Amino acid sequence: MTNRRVRTNPRLAAAVLAGKTVRWAMRSLGSGGTALPGLVVERLHPHAARQLASRLGDTALVTGTNGKTTTAAMLASILRADGRDPVIHNRSGSNLLRGVTAALVDAASPLGLPPARAPAVLEADEAALHSIAQAAPPTVAIFTNLMRDQLDRYGEIESIARRWTETLAHLPPDAALALNVDDPLVASLEQGWDGPVVRFGIEDDAVPDAPDGDISDAVWDPTTHDDIQYSRRYFAQLGRWHTRSGRSRPTPAVCAEQIAANEHGMSFRLSIPDGHADVALSADGLYSVYNALAAAAGAVALGISSKPIARGLEAYQAAFGRQEDLSIHGRRVRLLLAKNPSGMNQALRTLQRPGTRHHLLVLLNDGIADGTDVSWIWDVDWESQAPYCRSLTVGGRRAADMALRLEYAGLPAPAAPPQVDVGRALRQAFDAVQPDDQLIILPTYTAMLDVRQRLGRMGATNLWDAAA
Amino acid sequence: MTSAALNIAVLYPDLLNLYGDRGNARALERRCTARGIDALVTAVNIGDDWSPQSADIILAGGGQDREQRRVQADLQRRGSALRDYVDDDGVVLAVCGGFQLFGNHYRGWDGEIMEGIAVFDAVATHPGPSVSRCVGNVVALWEGETVVGFENHGGRTYLNDGQDPLANVVSGFGNNGGDGLEGARVDNAFGTYLHGAVLPKNPHLADRLLQLALQRRYGSDAPELQPIDDRTARRAHAAALHSALSTRDSRESRLGRRFA
Ligand SMILES: [Zn+2]
Repeated sequence: MTNRRVRTNPRLAAAVLAGKTVRWAMRSLGSGGTALPGLVVERLHPHAARQLASRLGDTALVTGTNGKTTTAAMLASILRADGRDPVIHNRSGSNLLRGVTAALVDAASPLGLPPARAPAVLEADEAALHSIAQAAPPTVAIFTNLMRDQLDRYGEIESIARRWTETLAHLPPDAALALNVDDPLVASLEQGWDGPVVRFGIEDDAVPDAPDGDISDAVWDPTTHDDIQYSRRYFAQLGRWHTRSGRSRPTPAVCAEQIAANEHGMSFRLSIPDGHADVALSADGLYSVYNALAAAAGAVALGISSKPIARGLEAYQAAFGRQEDLSIHGRRVRLLLAKNPSGMNQALRTLQRPGTRHHLLVLLNDGIADGTDVSWIWDVDWESQAPYCRSLTVGGRRAADMALRLEYAGLPAPAAPPQVDVGRALRQAFDAVQPDDQLIILPTYTAMLDVRQRLGRMGATNLWDAAA
Repeated sequence: MTSAALNIAVLYPDLLNLYGDRGNARALERRCTARGIDALVTAVNIGDDWSPQSADIILAGGGQDREQRRVQADLQRRGSALRDYVDDDGVVLAVCGGFQLFGNHYRGWDGEIMEGIAVFDAVATHPGPSVSRCVGNVVALWEGETVVGFENHGGRTYLNDGQDPLANVVSGFGNNGGDGLEGARVDNAFGTYLHGAVLPKNPHLADRLLQLALQRRYGSDAPELQPIDDRTARRAHAAALHSALSTRDSRESRLGRRFA
């Protein structure tokens, strides 16, 4: 409980009410968009987010190129396992300031007051981190990784790294940083930071090295401009690195050991400064282990112990469309969202199980949320999928580009020409799928929203509640 | 003519590899193989012992500023050999950062000048970090046909008098967003800002590079490029045209630029 007196502010209350009304109207229209209420509130009251956030309790910001949504969902699950309810959380990838505003409005009472001291887990787009950190000063800021993503929006990786460093100068001095030390760009953020740091990374010699052709973005050390060298490289620029000038990967305090993949996901032994726990994740891929480590490091910074961390991670269900398993009339469907080369390479790697072949539906849109530049598909190792692909269908606004790329990769020729219409592509893909077969759907962001809605109408079960 | 062969050299593929540019070598290789022409793709890295004389086609892609700076000294060292190669009708495709490095120089927003190898009589300047980048789908007219791609560059290129452009912009920014010109051409050297990758979905441009290289190497014995089934490539070309020209898309990208 807080004993700070909070006076209600009529203008803020009006803005919050308007935001709630827009949200209600959108829900009743069946629209999944989450940014509009935030936009309305921002227009009516420019400092709404800052005022609403001033009553928050522990606040975790999660940023980075890949894994933000999953990491944030995992950390929210850990907080719930630790008995800290309600958790304020901007879901579904609405990670600009207006998405955060919308989440705060959602949690606020009609008088414009969020529940006092409620913990918040806020996902921040890597380019929006600065404005979000200003509005909601974090208790811990979690940095997952910095990879080549939608550079058409932001310019170059280096400028994001520079902006992050600038943002750090404006954080509360006692805020903690949770840093992925396997990423040399993220690890370098601790230079010049005097507050607490929780380092996380993988400590397991049995993890295989990245296949050749996996792309790496950070080829130089951002501080010394030396080449980065690796004794181990797991994927993209993540691994055990060092430079000629003697900088090397710091030892992580939060780490995963004995990592193994199984039918249901990944298992590993989690080490944190106060103990160990065995964790069984219901999510595939080494990147899911990184997301779990990022969430665990954030939890450690908030003073949570190993037991609730493990319980929270195990209770986590794959976030909205990132990785979902569904069932439709006895056919299994897996939805894997990917919109950049390293994310897609990781998603593809989870599909390469010896002896299995699946039906593939690849959906490529080129809206703002997908990235208007589709050239990244040439940087993905689709060639590795050829032995595992039984049938192929392509759809989306840039389906033709994808069909061309996959023809080059030697995948089976699609049964029909590329379909701009996602619904048609979905029906075509299903035509090839026999009962007990698995259909893998690889959509970009807006294609994921589209295909998910159609799957729901087709009677798919086990869908995340979109209105949550 | 029993069997023809072409040597394709890719300059600094580890550093100049933005936005799918690696697809260009793949497109040339594939369109050769489909016609029974042997294509040998070689990577040229910093410090490698390599002579342009061994190449029939040279490719250079785009890189981030720092990566461009890293290759610049090595490229300077090869400058006169590369200019000789172009004078000798050697075929070049230089994209974005590669295009800038093949020009006279690049002036960064801090005023620092990076010398190019002056194949193209063109100068690139960066207008400063507060000016937005040239980003988006591009359609340009090249010899009466459309070429499509995606551009993403902070620097603006200006052609000096007498330097021919490669193409004329129909939609997009092109060299500088002002004069309607896209890329540059000197003899058989092509410079462009188009990523995408540009060659897979512009099969006519890819074939032109192959034809020029075969003519240079085999003269009157050069084999004809037989038509191949490239429906998939032409569909991708059409989809890129549609994305670039549909009003919805251009409105979206304007909004995107404003909110980014
Ligand atoms: Zn470019």
